[in-house]
Amino acid sequence: MHLLVCGGTGCRASESSAILDNLKSVLEENNLENEVQVVKTGCFGFCEKGPIVKVLPDNTFYTQVKPEDAKEIVNEHIIKGRKVNRLLYLNPESKEHVSDSKHMGFYKKQIRIALRNCGFINPENIDEYISRDGYEALAKCITEMTPAQVIDVIKRSGLRGRGGAGFPTGLKWEIASKSVADQKYVVCNADEGDPGAFMDRSVLEGDPHSVIEAMAICGYSIGASKGLVYIRAEYPLAIERLKIAIGQAREYGLLGEKILGTDFAFDLELRYGAGAFVCGEETALIHSMEGLRGEPTVKPPFPAERGYLGKPSNVNNVETFANIPVIINKGPEWFSSIGTEKSKGTKVFALAGKINNVGLIEVPMGTTLREIIFEIGGGIKDGKKFKAVQTGGPSGGCLTEKHLDTPIDYDNLIASGSMMGSGGMIVMDEDDCMVSIAKYYLDFTVEESCGKCTPCRVGNKRLYETLDKICHGNGTMEDLDKLRNLSNVIRDTSLCGLGQTSPNPVLSTLDNFYHEYLAHVKDHKCPAGQCKALMQYTINPEACVGCTACARVCPVNAISGERKKPHFIDTTVCIKCGACFEKCKFDAIYIN
Amino acid sequence: MRNQIMELVKITIDGKTVEVEKGATIYDAAKLIGIDIPTLCYMNMGDMNIKHNPGGCRICVVEVEGRRNLAPSCVTPVMNGMVVNTHSVRVLNARRTVLELMLSDHPFDCLVCAKSGNCDLQSLAQRLGIREIPFQGEQSTYRKDTSPSIIRDMDKCIMCRRCETMCNQVQTVGALSAVNRGFQAVVAPAFEMNLDHSPCTYCGQCISVCPTGALTEVDHTRQVINALADPKKTVIVQTAPAVRVALGEEFGMEPGTIVTGKMAAALRKLGFNYVFDTDFAADLTIMEEGTELLGRLNKFLAGDKKVKLPILTSCCPAWVKFFEHNFPDMLDIPSTARSPQQMFGAIAKNYFAEKINVKREDLVVVSIMPCVAKKYECSREEFSTNGNPDVDYSLSTRELAQFIKQANIDFNSLDDEDFDRPLGESTGAAVIFGTTGGVIEAAVRTAYEIHTGKKLDKVDFQQIRGLENVRSASVDVDGFELKIGIAHGLGNARKLLEDIRDGKSEFHAIEIMACPGGCIGGGGQPYHHGDTSILKARFKAIYREDAGKTIRKSHENPYIIQLYKEFLGKPCSELSHHLLHTKYFDRQDDVFVD
Amino acid sequence: MVKVKSLADLKKIKSELQSKMELREKSENPEKSVQVKVAMATCGIASGAKQVMDFLIEEFEKRGIEAIVTQTGCMGYCYAEPTIEVTVPGKDPLVFGYVNIKKADEIIEKYIKNGELVEGIIPVNYETIEK
Repeated sequence: MHLLVCGGTGCRASESSAILDNLKSVLEENNLENEVQVVKTGCFGFCEKGPIVKVLPDNTFYTQVKPEDAKEIVNEHIIKGRKVNRLLYLNPESKEHVSDSKHMGFYKKQIRIALRNCGFINPENIDEYISRDGYEALAKCITEMTPAQVIDVIKRSGLRGRGGAGFPTGLKWEIASKSVADQKYVVCNADEGDPGAFMDRSVLEGDPHSVIEAMAICGYSIGASKGLVYIRAEYPLAIERLKIAIGQAREYGLLGEKILGTDFAFDLELRYGAGAFVCGEETALIHSMEGLRGEPTVKPPFPAERGYLGKPSNVNNVETFANIPVIINKGPEWFSSIGTEKSKGTKVFALAGKINNVGLIEVPMGTTLREIIFEIGGGIKDGKKFKAVQTGGPSGGCLTEKHLDTPIDYDNLIASGSMMGSGGMIVMDEDDCMVSIAKYYLDFTVEESCGKCTPCRVGNKRLYETLDKICHGNGTMEDLDKLRNLSNVIRDTSLCGLGQTSPNPVLSTLDNFYHEYLAHVKDHKCPAGQCKALMQYTINPEACVGCTACARVCPVNAISGERKKPHFIDTTVCIKCGACFEKCKFDAIYIN
Repeated sequence: MRNQIMELVKITIDGKTVEVEKGATIYDAAKLIGIDIPTLCYMNMGDMNIKHNPGGCRICVVEVEGRRNLAPSCVTPVMNGMVVNTHSVRVLNARRTVLELMLSDHPFDCLVCAKSGNCDLQSLAQRLGIREIPFQGEQSTYRKDTSPSIIRDMDKCIMCRRCETMCNQVQTVGALSAVNRGFQAVVAPAFEMNLDHSPCTYCGQCISVCPTGALTEVDHTRQVINALADPKKTVIVQTAPAVRVALGEEFGMEPGTIVTGKMAAALRKLGFNYVFDTDFAADLTIMEEGTELLGRLNKFLAGDKKVKLPILTSCCPAWVKFFEHNFPDMLDIPSTARSPQQMFGAIAKNYFAEKINVKREDLVVVSIMPCVAKKYECSREEFSTNGNPDVDYSLSTRELAQFIKQANIDFNSLDDEDFDRPLGESTGAAVIFGTTGGVIEAAVRTAYEIHTGKKLDKVDFQQIRGLENVRSASVDVDGFELKIGIAHGLGNARKLLEDIRDGKSEFHAIEIMACPGGCIGGGGQPYHHGDTSILKARFKAIYREDAGKTIRKSHENPYIIQLYKEFLGKPCSELSHHLLHTKYFDRQDDVFVD
Repeated sequence: MVKVKSLADLKKIKSELQSKMELREKSENPEKSVQVKVAMATCGIASGAKQVMDFLIEEFEKRGIEAIVTQTGCMGYCYAEPTIEVTVPGKDPLVFGYVNIKKADEIIEKYIKNGELVEGIIPVNYETIEK
């Protein structure tokens, strides 16, 4: 028998180590230490009801266990074989105790569709993909369905583009299918560039065949015989696995001429991106593939009418494609049963920032931020207070406490002032300064703007400069108005999605954290203590014992004072490096 | 297709309803009903097949009902039932803010800027009533690049990218494209080299379309003033044919006004010792080039396999540099005749100097050209003797206008004067060098008469004239059908050249001019701001000037006849070859080398 | 490799592969045949998964344990890379996080050889779709 004690950060904070020790000693008292092993595990992801103790092999799942419960668990469950009912999870709806974790709703929080094979199969072995229904969807499409039927299935599934904007995929395919041309192209956008996002990379590294299969299906439905994957050169492993997968698919005759004995022909090529964020925009991506400067052009014409080399092209993101084979195999109704009214299926998120379980998750549309952050993500690091979560990358916005219970889908996120984006989710705690966060994102867009249109090229630079001014304590109330007006104009007049969304981090922080801006502007203070220019290190003379440690580490000799007497920091010399603060053993140095 | 009925769509702009052809833009539709939406990066020279609407500046944005963001009107196609507002508060605020942003990254040195008064950005700032810039911040800076002809001051670049369209799409030169990203984005040659290490031909079409002072010509006025002030120097001037039909524009005259007489008067007032005409040298060019054509043609027809046809004209320095970069395998195809500017220089310094008893070093030859590539041409080594160039300085039409104004000359009230003799006499054949098709027509007039020994009944070859990009014509030369090709704009030239390379060319002779329209549309001419009617007016004026000349065939120019008698002997003589012909260089490796 | 020429072909290959895999999973010596999957996406490799995988292959052979070590994509527990999934026949698969060589050795010695659990188990917190 095994007793698993959660050693995740959240549970450890609520004394799970004491539980572990107690369990061990109670077992020893009963001479059971050789029969029953107590093991500390990683996070169960159910931190809300932690600490967790799980008993194997019967899968009994105890929640909110206290150190003193150890005795009862051993005596009742281990010795007498009776479950401790009061510690079992109480189903909030049925008000019944659930003992087996497999029956707990919690584990239905994550459903893996796009990631279905990631971490299961060997991505370099096509056989493993085939054994998990691989290429069956393609076979079904080209042997049993007309292109129109395939498009109809995708339309009915309600699948929307996972790259960010959420355009209905079936509709996109339909438009491309109606364009008349001697050659059409299917393009896979693997130019993932949001800071902290790596969903697409994971899919390509873990399940490249799902993308290849989906692209072939798309090719069949829109009448394209060529596919191109635009992938950033910074993803060498994904490139290698894709190449291997393409090679294997060709060998099996699943790419090339006369696929599965039909007249359908389809083949793939890779195109490498140099890592410009703007090349994720589909027209810029196409220009980059053509060997031109990676910058967007005005739509219309849409790629579906005039795309790669002037031919109709359908561009979808990696994750969108990864959903396609499953939709074909399991049917559109199955897919549309997952998710919310207007956003169907699941979404992969890359959790990052001040969160315990940094990682890749896939949840049904409609899952709340609270569930993602506090349950799946294991809550905030070091027991700090949640402040905001940034979704949608540099195009998105910062959502707060009040948005935690909003079901996440395309439309709700936009209504809350953010967006789905490609799925990066960066969690911030009380130590994060929201003005600095907005500045960070603007720094990114200034760097990544292609420079074609004025509002994005100059406007974002001016936004950045104004934010920087505020972070230095030099902002005025007029600057705050200017920020808002300029943000609105950039949003209203920029050429492509990059510029149209680049002010979102500014607008959403202005909306949700105006008080922080005010603190910077009016009080010249950074509430989170992040803006160096606004920080001041001071020595509390009552706590200082005059050990001189601080004076010795100060790189600019800003600290003076006699031995055994309170020291003093000359703020005009101090460069705010924080070395003294770290060094002081007496907590005598504090930050204003 | 032609018989198909145009599909019309109905749209409402500022409350007015208008029906326009499907595919038209909101900007086009608004124009039809008298609504002039401001633009900046947009450029449309439709009848010259030049259109540039990247939708980048965002000045022309308008509000379209039901659309989330503002639409760039110059590139947004109309849709049936569209309701557009071009001056709502939202639009006015956005347009103003966008312009303010642009100005916040632009130097404020209008007082000393070469484009001041001709700057689209300046006019727009005035039109929108900008009085202060609410945004302060970093301004982008870039090193200044000075080449023999063109100065690039990228601090003034607003990324309208018109120059790129001219350089890449129209001219297919490929010297300029956007490099770097975001705030650092600039237009530059590949690898951010300077222009003199790029395939730039110095045609100056980039300057012609640049809305600001980011691209300007190298100004040589000061050197010319110094030469004029130097008592030891004899300073003579030559003026190219296309200058006289455009210079008046700089003084408020209607495009197409011919100001030959006033120009000669003004030059004399400026202090030039002799006021001559490049047209004289154009007649000389015809003698040389026409003879070369006939020689090659006769040998070819006689079955000489070593002779290559077609023969290509070589009067345009940008064109010469273009084929040196792009067709180095075909350097034996163009005529070896120097351009009129250089023929003039050679005759001036080797014949005229002696005639007036002035040492070569003390004779300063200045040219007035519709062109900026001519500045580069002067600097080519093969056109100087012991470091002394045949042509010392070349000024553009714009520089001359500026010079005249600077010298307090009331140009409009000047009485007409004539050029000096002997290098000021010219024929109608020389005048038409100023437009596309002119050189070849002039050559045909002479070649016909010399070849057949007969007089032409009619010197006007209408079949050669026009402004279409690529034209072909055939001329009956006493039973022989001479096939002629004409292209203006280097992109069009490239097509003809590629045909020759592929062995598909049917022509015996081809005229090529680098600039759209020929020299009338040269990179040194008064700014036309994309208005093609100005080019057309200059075009017509050239033929008017030709028609008004008493002598209209180069070989009948009495001073040309005298020049051969006194000095050169006969066309394509040994001395001619030495002074009036040249050779070409493979310039492929000039590019990207430090 | 023979080309897959029809849907029937594909299904045939699939069922062959599935039974082969099942065979692999339920081999004749269930107590000896162990399956280990190493998460080898960029995140895993960057944290040392490659070394762990090499170590496992080498050590299984040295220690005479019949085992199949394969690579797989990202399991999603990026905070705990390198991660490996160990399936001892007859038992549910278990995922271990923060697996360095020392940990891998511990897993072989304690869990695989003796069925003793070791620390660092990552409870699986998602469902994957049924096939």
